[in-house]
Amino acid sequence: MITELGHFALILALFVAMIQSTVPMIGAARRHLGWMAVGRSCALIGFGLTALSMLALMHAYVTSDFTVINVIANSHTDKPLLYKITGVWGNHEGSMLLWVFMLSLCAAAVALFSDNLPPALRARVLAVQGMIATGFLLFILLTSNPFLRTFPPAPNGNGLNPVLQDPGLAFHPPFLYLGYVGFSVAFAFAVAALIEGRVDAAWARWVRPWTLASWCALTVGIAMGSWWAYYTLGWGGWWFWDPVENASFMPWLVGTALIHSSIVVEKRDTLKSWTILLAIITFSLSLVGTFLVRSGVLTSVHAFATDPQRGTFILLLLIVAIGGSLALYAIRAPALKGGGLFAPISREGALVLNNVLLSCACATVFLGTLYPLFLDAVGGPKLSVGFPFFNRTFAPMMVPMVIAVGVGPMLAWKRGDLLGALQRLWVAYIATALTVLVAFYVTYGGPVLAVLGLGLSAWLFAAVLTEFAERIRLFRVPLGDSVRRAIHLPRSAYGMTFAHLGLAVSVAGFAASAYAHEAIEILKPGGSIAIAGYQLTLEHVDRIPGPNYTADDATIRVTNGGEFVTMMHPERRFFPLQQQTTGETAIRTNLLADLYVALGDSDTAGDWTVRVYWKPLVPWIWMGAIIMAFGGAVSLSDRRWRVGAAARGSRREAQPVPAAGE
Amino acid sequence: MRFLCALMLLVGFAAHAVEPSERLANPALEVRARTISGELRCLVCQNESIDESGADLAHDIRLFVRERLTAGDTDTQTIQAVVNRYGAFVLLKPPVEPATYVLWYGPPILVVAGLVGTFLWLRRRQAASADTVPLSAEETSRLDGLMRENDG
Amino acid sequence: MARAIYLLPLVLFMVLATYFAVSLRPNHDIHELPSAMIEKPAPAFDLAGLGASKPLALDGLKGHPFVINFFASWCVPCRIEHPLLMRLAEQNHLPLYGIDYKDKPEDGSHLLATFGDPYRQVGVDRDGRVGLNFGVYGVPETYVVDSTGVIRKRFVGPLNAETVDKELLPLLKHLDQS
Repeated sequence: MITELGHFALILALFVAMIQSTVPMIGAARRHLGWMAVGRSCALIGFGLTALSMLALMHAYVTSDFTVINVIANSHTDKPLLYKITGVWGNHEGSMLLWVFMLSLCAAAVALFSDNLPPALRARVLAVQGMIATGFLLFILLTSNPFLRTFPPAPNGNGLNPVLQDPGLAFHPPFLYLGYVGFSVAFAFAVAALIEGRVDAAWARWVRPWTLASWCALTVGIAMGSWWAYYTLGWGGWWFWDPVENASFMPWLVGTALIHSSIVVEKRDTLKSWTILLAIITFSLSLVGTFLVRSGVLTSVHAFATDPQRGTFILLLLIVAIGGSLALYAIRAPALKGGGLFAPISREGALVLNNVLLSCACATVFLGTLYPLFLDAVGGPKLSVGFPFFNRTFAPMMVPMVIAVGVGPMLAWKRGDLLGALQRLWVAYIATALTVLVAFYVTYGGPVLAVLGLGLSAWLFAAVLTEFAERIRLFRVPLGDSVRRAIHLPRSAYGMTFAHLGLAVSVAGFAASAYAHEAIEILKPGGSIAIAGYQLTLEHVDRIPGPNYTADDATIRVTNGGEFVTMMHPERRFFPLQQQTTGETAIRTNLLADLYVALGDSDTAGDWTVRVYWKPLVPWIWMGAIIMAFGGAVSLSDRRWRVGAAARGSRREAQPVPAAGE
Repeated sequence: MRFLCALMLLVGFAAHAVEPSERLANPALEVRARTISGELRCLVCQNESIDESGADLAHDIRLFVRERLTAGDTDTQTIQAVVNRYGAFVLLKPPVEPATYVLWYGPPILVVAGLVGTFLWLRRRQAASADTVPLSAEETSRLDGLMRENDG
Repeated sequence: MARAIYLLPLVLFMVLATYFAVSLRPNHDIHELPSAMIEKPAPAFDLAGLGASKPLALDGLKGHPFVINFFASWCVPCRIEHPLLMRLAEQNHLPLYGIDYKDKPEDGSHLLATFGDPYRQVGVDRDGRVGLNFGVYGVPETYVVDSTGVIRKRFVGPLNAETVDKELLPLLKHLDQS
């Protein structure tokens, strides 16, 4: 009964979305306020309906309703409650429902927090969102319906892939989808602006919080996925340039460019048509990513049950959404006149450089990801494009980019003084040189490129701090004045500082991963492995029962110079239902380095293969990402974004975006 | 200190599935074997290298690579032997050949084109504005005169 | 001219969409890998026979076109194509030779004893080296070899009646005549 209710709610949501995509649009064209207001009600009702639908599916999972095909295929009574809930989006149908739920959440948020928007613009934005929702609701109902029933009920379900029964992965999709789908708001604003033929500073100010919030969520989502791969796969890899990873990384790259270019639109009233294009492309890449993952046209380690019919449907959606918006762009964008002039060496110039490099980096990832498909389509040779390609093309683009991030914020708007900025960065030169020298000395004979990577990180870190010190005129005015200046700095300035510091932290983590050590041995209980000054002794391996698996749990004593450090418990878990074994690694971190232990197979003699890795600075990769997302959130809290609301003194509008990632 | 990952800048790698029993006694050969298997794609799981993959076939190819190296083959010969059997698809790093020129040369060309294009665009904008915006002193006085005539 | 640049994103996207559409064409599996061994001499092998079978060596097979089928007792899809192989051996007198890939010989014998033996001879490839030399990446795989010992065709995955009738049998007939 509840399942049918959810199904019915989803069908109703489709009709509501159809109204939302037409009535407000016509209302905006005819300047009919009543018709425009329909968009707002529709967005809220649509959100309620999809939320109901989501809850109904969750209910089916939690109660293990084995008359629902989707539940049979992906759940089991013995599964822990957490994974019964998160299993809802651990499969194609459920994850599409989550996608649509996030979309309706964004639309509802726009409807609620847009009092300061001109009614016509708001109506058009909501209408575009309604169109996207219509497309995806049709997709779910026609090709991927999670509410289909079967009779008689199955005695039990097939369970969820054990690899997905993990807390990190359980919450990775919601963040990722919030990021993907959040960019639909920027997309809708771009399309609405093209229809109106007007882009100005106010428009940029309205779009910015939505872009920032989506970007934060996507950053967290990608970091979670990477962290999950790191601790799950048993050898400590954290990025594979896999098509599915690239599908999430490409919107992130262009979204980052969008955040920066919209600053130029806001402050200097120029780069308008470029920013509009970026907003369209960011969401388009989210859609293309969905297509790549769901249609099965690319080979990936992340297997979703794929189906060519679904692929065809999403391709049609892509052609309508992306083709339509780009056609509109081709017609209307030439009329958008750029305003403020600036010299190549200026803040705007630096932001343009950032945009060029990020766009080229994204194009490179795109090319590498899709090249096998292109060759296949023209009957060319069967090739694969793996990490060596990306390391050789993507990484060199990021080096000048990271250097420029250090300098850009030091330049003035319109016409900057590069020489002056470079002179004021003397602390950064010293920091870079010291880091390179120390790293080179400590790791003598090691990878030279990694030393340069660490130097790059030090450069950025010191440059960002220098820029902040300049802003508060540290050591130039009395300390009290500096503190006062620091207190009065806008939140967005702090946001930028944090985000750029986060990048520096991550870069150090990327570079230092080249220094990882490994030791792989076959151990009898009592045997030990030495790595990076630590001594790891396998004490015993016990078989212990879990909720839906049995585990071989190793007890490993870690000592350093005879001093006891910790006990580590890597496991191998056997899931009888799927006849599948997964590894559960044990990681001890001191935030400077990880000690990483994975338990391998045992042989007939009762010996165990134990893999131990020492990975310096690896935790910084994700710490950096979290700092970046935090910077985004700080910037999001800047009161300038809610100027319109503040003027009206409403407390409710004081929270511009409930959908922020952090 | 041994640094296995000397070739890697951004992606650290180490083995998941390389088994102690597979290892060669000669450390120099073993390092070469690890490097080679890090660049060969596993055909079963497809997006992992055979060095990382736990698949059975990856294990067989790892052993094959080590046998060839022990027999005295160079790295290139060893890789070629695997390519002869499984095709160029096994190479994680696609070869530079006419079919991949766009792949390999596209990104650098794009960056150069992007930077040059942006620079030219900025210069043209400045030149265009220089043509129109400032009026000379003479022009200004003439304009003032015209305005006064109109008023009068 | 200046307007043309605004058209560029749309044009690029249309090209991309065309590529996507081509990749979605029916009966096309982008994951299937072509064999690198086509039109190359089959790698030499000399394998112990499975159970009562005589040893299986490449040199002994040359002279007539023949079919080599890699199978294993642990391979589930092999069970799917097994009845078809039985039928082909009985009705079409297919010159079919089996290689038991990475399998315990007793398991392989048990399989053939239970479901029937469609092969003229079966060799045991215990460590998978012959499979590796052929470029096998998953069982079952089926290779068509001509009378001079050159590989002419590979089928990945279980054979089905349609590919057998439309591709395998005509190819064998053609090789027999030439």
